[in-house]
Amino acid sequence: MENYINFGDKDTRSGFGEGLTELGRSNPNIVALCADLLGSLKMQTFKDENPERFFQIGIAEANMIGIAAGLSIGGKIPFTGTFANFSTGRVYDQIRQSIAYSNKNVKICASHAGITLGEDGATHQILEDIGLMKMLPGMTVINTCDFNQTKLATIAISKFKGPVYLRFGRPKVPNFTDEKTNFEIGKGVVLKTGKDITVVATGHLVWEAIQAAEEMEKYKISVEVINIHTIKPLDNEIILKSVKKTGGIVSAEEHNYLGGLGESISGMLSKNHPTPQEYVAVNDTFGESGTPSQLMKKYGLDKETIINKIKKVIKRKI
Amino acid sequence: MPNHKILCDTIIQVRRDILRMVHKVNSGHPGGSLGCTEFLVSLFYEIMDFKLPFNMNGKNEDLFFLSNGHISPVFYSVLARKGFFPLEELKTYRLIDSRLQGHPTNYEGLPGIRVASGSLGQGLSVSVGAALTKKLNKDSKTIFVLLGDGELQEGQNWEAIMYASANNVDNIIATIDVNGKQIDGSTDDVLSLGNLQMKFNSFGWEVINLEKGNNIDEIIKSLKYAKSKLGKGKPVVILMKTEMGNGVDFMMNTHAWHGIAPNDEQLKNALKQNSVTLGDF
Repeated sequence: MENYINFGDKDTRSGFGEGLTELGRSNPNIVALCADLLGSLKMQTFKDENPERFFQIGIAEANMIGIAAGLSIGGKIPFTGTFANFSTGRVYDQIRQSIAYSNKNVKICASHAGITLGEDGATHQILEDIGLMKMLPGMTVINTCDFNQTKLATIAISKFKGPVYLRFGRPKVPNFTDEKTNFEIGKGVVLKTGKDITVVATGHLVWEAIQAAEEMEKYKISVEVINIHTIKPLDNEIILKSVKKTGGIVSAEEHNYLGGLGESISGMLSKNHPTPQEYVAVNDTFGESGTPSQLMKKYGLDKETIINKIKKVIKRKI
Repeated sequence: MPNHKILCDTIIQVRRDILRMVHKVNSGHPGGSLGCTEFLVSLFYEIMDFKLPFNMNGKNEDLFFLSNGHISPVFYSVLARKGFFPLEELKTYRLIDSRLQGHPTNYEGLPGIRVASGSLGQGLSVSVGAALTKKLNKDSKTIFVLLGDGELQEGQNWEAIMYASANNVDNIIATIDVNGKQIDGSTDDVLSLGNLQMKFNSFGWEVINLEKGNNIDEIIKSLKYAKSKLGKGKPVVILMKTEMGNGVDFMMNTHAWHGIAPNDEQLKNALKQNSVTLGDF
C-alpha cells in the first residue's frame, strides 16, 4: 500500500503565489489582478517583479472581473485574486456574462475557500462556490489539495485556454503530493489502490481521506483513495473504474453537500453505475468562527467522519 | 470633412433596419437604438480605425464596446452595413439558431462583438481592461464604449470610473447616451443621476458635453475633440444628449418605445418618415 509523507505543513495559497511568480518569469502575457488582498493571496512577489503587469483594483470585485475580461482581449492571460466568497457569489453575474458567456481566458483564483479560513466566520467563508462555478457552461473548476498541487495547477491553467475557477485555502495543511508530477486538468489521481470501498476527495479533505484509509487498514478494510482536483470536467472514467471494483463510494469535500463534488459524482453514477454513496460535506448550513481544526471537526470534515461514512457505505453494500 | 450624403443616407437606412428588425419579431428595443443611430454611424464611418475580417484581439485597431446591450438592433445594423457579417443575417435577429441574439454576444461567433452585454453596468469595466491591455501591448489605438444613462445606476460603473482616473487610463473614450429615459419612466423619476458633469469631473475624468447628440456634425466634432484629449493622464467621457426614438415622430419624447416593437401600421408610418433606402435587408 502506498504511503504518503507530510513534507511539512504549508498553505495552498502560497502554492498559488509561487506558481504565479514562476508564470510571471516565464510568460510575459500573464497579468494579475487583486482586490486589496495582496498579502492574503501571496501575490507580492509577482507584483514586485512585474509591476506593470499587476493591477491593484481596490475593494471592487465586480470591476476586477470586468477588467480581467477586458485584459484578455488582446492576448493577456489574467489571474484574479481574492477570497473565494468575493471571487464567486459577490460577482456571479459579472463572471457569468463577461467571462463565461463571453468565453474569456480568465483564471479566477480564490483563496480562503471553505470553512477553514476560520475565525473570520461565515461572512468570509463560502461553502457554495463550487456549485456556483460548476453550473456555469464552459467553466473549469479546480480545487487543489496541498501546496505542491496548487503550484502545479496554477501553472497548468495558464496553458489551458478558457475560463477557470481555481479554489484553494488559507490554513497550513500537510504538503504531500509529488512536486514533480504532471498536473493534468480533468484527470483524477489514484493515491491509494483498494478493493473494498472508494473514497473520492478534493481539497483539504484529501489528506484526511488518506489518514482514514490508513486507519481502516487496521480493520482489514482496503480503501481506494482518489484525489479529484478537477471537479469540472469530472473524471468519470477513474471513478467508474474504481466503483465497479469496490461497489461503494464516499465523497469528501469542504463544501455544502448541495452543489459540490459529491453531487456531481452521484449524478454521474446514477446514470452510469448506481452505487451506494455517503457524503462527507457540510450539511446545508453556514459556518462560524473557530480554528480550522475545530471547524473541521464540528462540521464533520475530518478523518473520523470519513471513517464513519466508510462503515456506513460498507453496511449498505450488503 | 465627412461625406454628408453617405452618412445621412446610412442613418436613414440604419433606422429602417432597426424598425424592420424589431417589427419582424415583435420584440426588441427601438427607442434607444434610434437615439444612438447618428452616434454609431458617425463612430464606425468617420472615427474608428478597424480592420476586416474581424479579429477578437483587435491589436492595433480601435475597439468599440456596447455596454447597454439592449440597443443591439442599431449595433447589428451598423456592423452589417460596414461588412462585419452579411446584411441578410439581419433577418435572423432574435430568431432561433441566430448569431444575432436579443442582446449582443460573441458566444455564437458574431463578428464585431467582443464581449456579451445586456446585464447592465459591466461594459465600462471590460473596456478599461481592454484599454490596459492596449497600453501593455504598446498599442496606441483607442477604446470606445457606449453606456446608457439609466445604466449608471449600476454601482459597478462607479468602481470603473474611479479606477480609470486613479490609474490614468487615458486611452478610453466613454460616451453616455443621456436620453433621460429608462423602462419605468424618466431617469429623474426612477433614480435621479444628479449632475453627471460634476460627478465625472470630481471622479477625475475629462468631461465633454455634447448637447446635440443626434447631429452628426456635432457628434463627429465631439469625438474628434475627445481624441485630442487622450494621452493626457485622464479618461475621457462624452455626455451625449440624445432623443430616444429619434427620426420617428411618434417614438420621440416618450419612454414608451424603450422595449416594444411597432405594429404593421406603425411600421408603415415610421418607414414613410425614413423613405431613402440603400437597399433593405
